[in-house]
Amino acid sequence: MNTELTGIIATFLLTLVIAIPLGKYLAKVFAGEKVWTDFLKPVEAGIYKLSGINIKEQMNWKQQLKALFTINVLWLFYGFFVLIFQDKLPFNPDGNPGMTPDLAFNTIISFVANCNLQHYSGESGVSYLTQQYVLMFLQFVSAATGIAAAVVLFKAFRDKTTTELGNFWEFFVKSITRLLLPLSFIMALILTFNGTPASYEGKDKFISLQGDTVNVSRGPAAQMIAIKHLGTNGGGYFGANSAHPFENPSYFTNMVELIAQVIIPIAMVIAFGYFIRRKKMAWTIFGVMTIGLFMLLLPMLSSELGGNPALAKMGISQTTGAMEGKEVRFGPAASAYWATVTTIISTGSVNSMHDSTMPMSGTWQLLGMMINSFYGGCGVGLLNYFIYLIVAVFISGLMVGRTPEFLGHKVEAREIKIAAIITLLSPFLILAGTAIASYIFTNYGNAAWAVQPKNWLNNPGFHGFSEMLYEMTSSNANNGSGFEGLGDNNIFWNLSTGIVIFLGRFLPIIGPVAVAGLLGAKKFIPESAGTLKTDTKTFALMTFAVIIVLNALSYFPALALGPLAEYFTH
Amino acid sequence: MKKYIIQSIRLTLVLLVLLCVIYPVTVAFIGKMSKGNGGGEKITKNGKTVGYALLDQSFTKPQYFWGRPSAVAYNAAGSAGSNKGPSNPDYLKEVQSRIDTLLKYNPGIKKSDIPADMVTASGSGLDPNISEQGAAIQVDRVAAARKIDVKKVKELVAMNTLKPFMGVFGPSSVNVLKLNLALDAL
Repeated sequence: MNTELTGIIATFLLTLVIAIPLGKYLAKVFAGEKVWTDFLKPVEAGIYKLSGINIKEQMNWKQQLKALFTINVLWLFYGFFVLIFQDKLPFNPDGNPGMTPDLAFNTIISFVANCNLQHYSGESGVSYLTQQYVLMFLQFVSAATGIAAAVVLFKAFRDKTTTELGNFWEFFVKSITRLLLPLSFIMALILTFNGTPASYEGKDKFISLQGDTVNVSRGPAAQMIAIKHLGTNGGGYFGANSAHPFENPSYFTNMVELIAQVIIPIAMVIAFGYFIRRKKMAWTIFGVMTIGLFMLLLPMLSSELGGNPALAKMGISQTTGAMEGKEVRFGPAASAYWATVTTIISTGSVNSMHDSTMPMSGTWQLLGMMINSFYGGCGVGLLNYFIYLIVAVFISGLMVGRTPEFLGHKVEAREIKIAAIITLLSPFLILAGTAIASYIFTNYGNAAWAVQPKNWLNNPGFHGFSEMLYEMTSSNANNGSGFEGLGDNNIFWNLSTGIVIFLGRFLPIIGPVAVAGLLGAKKFIPESAGTLKTDTKTFALMTFAVIIVLNALSYFPALALGPLAEYFTH
Repeated sequence: MKKYIIQSIRLTLVLLVLLCVIYPVTVAFIGKMSKGNGGGEKITKNGKTVGYALLDQSFTKPQYFWGRPSAVAYNAAGSAGSNKGPSNPDYLKEVQSRIDTLLKYNPGIKKSDIPADMVTASGSGLDPNISEQGAAIQVDRVAAARKIDVKKVKELVAMNTLKPFMGVFGPSSVNVLKLNLALDAL
């Protein structure tokens, strides 16, 4: 069998081997049960003490969200000022300049929101101080924010009726000490010993074999690349992200990075089922998500392995598949697998340039981000899926004439309204954003911005439209990958995507946590023959149908104008 | 609310120390024991650094194996891909001219011998590898330019070919810089 295919099959199987036990472990960690990492308790106690936190204090869902917001807003201010003044601050061996306010606005929202859309390039746009004290810091804490918010949801369904949902700070700190930091440490060392730089040395210079002088950007990259994957952040140390040979030196590190970005999202699903003592629920959710993964992966594999038909026409060999924007050490299969997981999981790191993938691959990448809950980001993937679940419960309830219930709690008008708003938010932000961008591109091509609108697009025709659609979709999904040909470092894209990222992050956290909080506080209705069961195959199918129908209805016209049109005229 | 603000500030400070000082410095310290001391593995020739094992550099002379095209002119301080879409007419012209160049400098090869990786820009612009087929089509040219036996060049290519990971996972590849160094050392 083709070694490229065995490579991705092995990667997927290894992912499950790690993720499933990790999920069971996480359920215990957050339930406060005994686990082998309890030796870290004194460290956590120290953190709580220094921070003035009493974890015995129970919070309801509103207090949870207040705590979450307070600390996130603080990071926004802290990071914004460091980014603007990075040229005047220490640890800037390459002498990179401070950011413009609009670029700093975009970058800081992007990293606080776990999106990691990057309108700067790592080598020339940020200092070592920014890379570590702002960007890498936020990669840890934004992932922990997502996980902690998901744990609040877990809490709401563990007990029959409850308003006491635990302590936000405890979930947040434990996400770091018990999960993100230890795993990052191990992974950073794996990367370092396979070739990724980890030291604080500045730029190097050498004279090549042919006599060219070459400057080499380096720096503490391994530390950031570990958390950028484990935390589903995706923001690279270098401009080319994980396509850069320093960020991703070999096929082995590629497997490690691929596994790292998927394990926590899968583990959170497993943890949910084990935490609320409904294991079957975890497996049905996992099943739906996995089917979703394969439905996007298989067609993408086929088009990337098949190569670019336009190059085939020129008469060259296509046995190595489509290679524009790809690296030889990964090959098209591992690149297609990466492009699939990085878009369904909101990581947004890339090991190949999506702008250069085949038109139909672009469709699957966009769909993955639009759905945004086939595994999904750290914690938030499950929150997104929860909204689909509530909608599915409601529609099924209407279909069979039963009161919609979820895990023993009546789903009523208020919860449905919230779920509906969150469901409509994504299409609204993506489509309105793309429409405005297209309008400006067409009508104000000469606006005097850093990149004039007429020069935004790196590719003509339908593909150019896809670049704008991709940028808005990636922002809303907090994904952060891009059709990077887009000239995005200018006031329009910096502000518009900044706003989309912010709304696309926080409303889909507030919504599900509020619904869970409201449901959890309601009287528990024991299961009876009349209860609509939400952990059956039938209901899983129903949820899957809801996901497909909602997204197809919302996005088909936009996809038809971009990648689909390109495919059919190609 | 005020309580949350103070807790947030204090927690942020504590985590800054843990995540941005203790964690990365420890990794950097242990990383000193890796190849290249955690600063990237360097390749030296006669005591001088001539490149990094993982980074491609420009090779245009006939006696060297050429690497993949780069959208950033092999700038190791500004990595990027071309981001050209698959149907972009300008891009297709560029590919055509790369095909023509390869055919011109490697007489004797057929168009259908040229693998896609030799005429397409890599994702990073720094891809250190080419496919085995990409090396195969250059063997005759290199041997002729160096006036050495084709068999010898083929041997060196085989010695510098990285097999799939553990023999079964992923593609095989040829490291261009290491191969060229081996040629120079003949």
